[in-house]
Amino acid sequence: MTVPIECRQDETFVLNLGPQHPATHGVLRVKLTMDGEYIVEAEPVLGYIHRMHEKMAEDGNFAQFMPNTARMDYLHALAFNHGYCLVVERAAGIEVPERAEYIRVITVEMNRLISHILWWAAFLLDLGGFTPLLYAFDDREHVLDLLERVTGSRLTYCYFRFGGVYNDIDDEFITGTYAFVKRLRSRMPSLYHDLVTGNIILQKRLKGIGIITEEQARRYGCTGPVARGSGINYDIRKNESYSVYSEFDFDVPVYNECDSFARYMVRMDEMEQSLRIIEQALDKLPDGPIRAKVPKILKPPEGDYWASVETARGNLGYRLVCDGKKNPYKLKLRSPTFCNLSCFAEVSEGMLLADALAFMGSLDLVIPEIDR
Amino acid sequence: MDTSIWRPIFYLVGFMAFAGLNAAYLGWCERKGAGRIQRRTGPMEVGIQGLLQPLADGLKLMSKQLLVPKGVDGILFRVAPILAMIPALTSFAVIPFSGNIQARSVELSVLLLFALASIAMMAVLLGGWASGNKYSIISAARSVSQNLAYEVPMLVTVITIVMITGSMNLGDIAVQQQGGFWHWNIFALNKSIFMPISFIIFFICSIAETNRAPFDMAEAESELVAGFMTEYGSMGFGLFMMGEYLNMVVGACLVTILFLGGWSCPFGLFPGVWWFLLKIYILLFTVIWVRWTFPRTQIYKLLNLSWKILIPFSLVNLLVTAAFIKIF
Repeated sequence: MTVPIECRQDETFVLNLGPQHPATHGVLRVKLTMDGEYIVEAEPVLGYIHRMHEKMAEDGNFAQFMPNTARMDYLHALAFNHGYCLVVERAAGIEVPERAEYIRVITVEMNRLISHILWWAAFLLDLGGFTPLLYAFDDREHVLDLLERVTGSRLTYCYFRFGGVYNDIDDEFITGTYAFVKRLRSRMPSLYHDLVTGNIILQKRLKGIGIITEEQARRYGCTGPVARGSGINYDIRKNESYSVYSEFDFDVPVYNECDSFARYMVRMDEMEQSLRIIEQALDKLPDGPIRAKVPKILKPPEGDYWASVETARGNLGYRLVCDGKKNPYKLKLRSPTFCNLSCFAEVSEGMLLADALAFMGSLDLVIPEIDR
Repeated sequence: MDTSIWRPIFYLVGFMAFAGLNAAYLGWCERKGAGRIQRRTGPMEVGIQGLLQPLADGLKLMSKQLLVPKGVDGILFRVAPILAMIPALTSFAVIPFSGNIQARSVELSVLLLFALASIAMMAVLLGGWASGNKYSIISAARSVSQNLAYEVPMLVTVITIVMITGSMNLGDIAVQQQGGFWHWNIFALNKSIFMPISFIIFFICSIAETNRAPFDMAEAESELVAGFMTEYGSMGFGLFMMGEYLNMVVGACLVTILFLGGWSCPFGLFPGVWWFLLKIYILLFTVIWVRWTFPRTQIYKLLNLSWKILIPFSLVNLLVTAAFIKIF
């Protein structure tokens, strides 16, 4: 249905999608120039939830910025924790104990899992299927309970510390996680795939819709499942392996179809890969300290540092410029959703409104992360 | 008895009560059904099992201010919700609930029902148009093209039924199917081998006609916010909802009478109004069930389904039926 259409300028009208709209899942505003139900031009308008996080980083010391990281991508907060820890540890030259690295990987992957589960639920909601949401929340609840045990919070985690993690995981967490892995493995094929992925309406609405070509994905800097759905095999966990990811055996799902369904399948497969990583990490979990000795006030040497991690939405980069003081001179974030959204304007041209919203859902937007 | 004043009053009160109860309690059934499908309980707080919930909802809606936003077409905006209710209520006048419960036995009652269903579509159009909201107008345009597309296969299927039964009177059509399920039109394989598929087409069309998910293009909340109902609050919204449920009931009645033998029992025992009610509620439950288990289709795919699959097929069925009637 994505046939480009010709129209006279005087026949179009402007449709204001958002900042409050059920499909944008946040305060994203898209100014659509429409010809009937076809989109002539789409212009995402950002800034409705801009909170100056990057400026806030400059004002406090290094540790004080940690809670802010979770407020950006509230669905994959631990990866944002992780990226910030990585860049500060690189700057200050802190070695992280192995057990802490394993705990980080386990919790980040669990967080990725529930981020994908929630995306799945919200995406189906965009497509008009309400019921999957409640089943997804059932699964999500198990992970939230487990993470709450060790991190103390359920959504905006502030769990990682420079040189380790805040709290050690206990036996109950480990057995609970094993049980959850088993539970989700058994539910994935029957519940998620048979009932939803195989649904003919879902397939008809996603296949061949919202095609981001490989060239476009590269040009806009798309990362994460969006890039992998366009046939680009790029995953920071593999390509620029950080933490202890190189010790685990997992695949990077890549689909070449470039459409919404490819992105859908990438995320569904990634959930299974996350389960594999969690299981392996729990099997190999070493003993030892969970935090390195780190001074209360960090003063990293002058320099320019970079660290990037793979969040549920793609490549998250932290660039940290230090001038030897106890606060960052400048902290710059490269957030995945911002780049993924930037291709929306070009790709949605000539699309139907309903298809464009399904396409927007397949990008997995988290608005606070775009604006920061 | 027929000329007595009591008969119209009895039917008026009876059908009003039936319609009111259905409009209120189908909402409750829907919420309970959705709850069961989604592994939760649905409304539980007001009354036993939430049975008084519709009353509480009604009170809430009625006590709210009827807000007419600036820039709307005042008269049409107020008329549209009423227009959504009236045709559905009027339809009950010609529906035979059993051999002797029927307000008026009109010779062309099938035609009358379809005429009234088309007026219900006008309510959506006017509501969307009068709101002056872009989402509402898109919704109104969608709903018109959808209703046009689905009325055609529906009517062609009805022509098939009329050819088989030789009558346009709903009562007569039901009477001809009495005495066991093998007499029902859905199994009238000696008239046309496609009758079961024809039933499915008609049922799909009736879901699409009443704007129910997965064909609820007009109120696709993730695309059009609330479609034609975006600007409506309080009882304006309430009337649209009641109209939707009543249209569902009328649709289920029509399917039951045309295909499932009306008030006849599948085994030929004790035919009566209870069988009729059982059948329509099974159909209504199916409609609710479908809504909560399927994602929404897309408007153009919906129109394609009608124009490219349902209409050609119902035309083929018409020809086959004509051939069968001629041959046998």
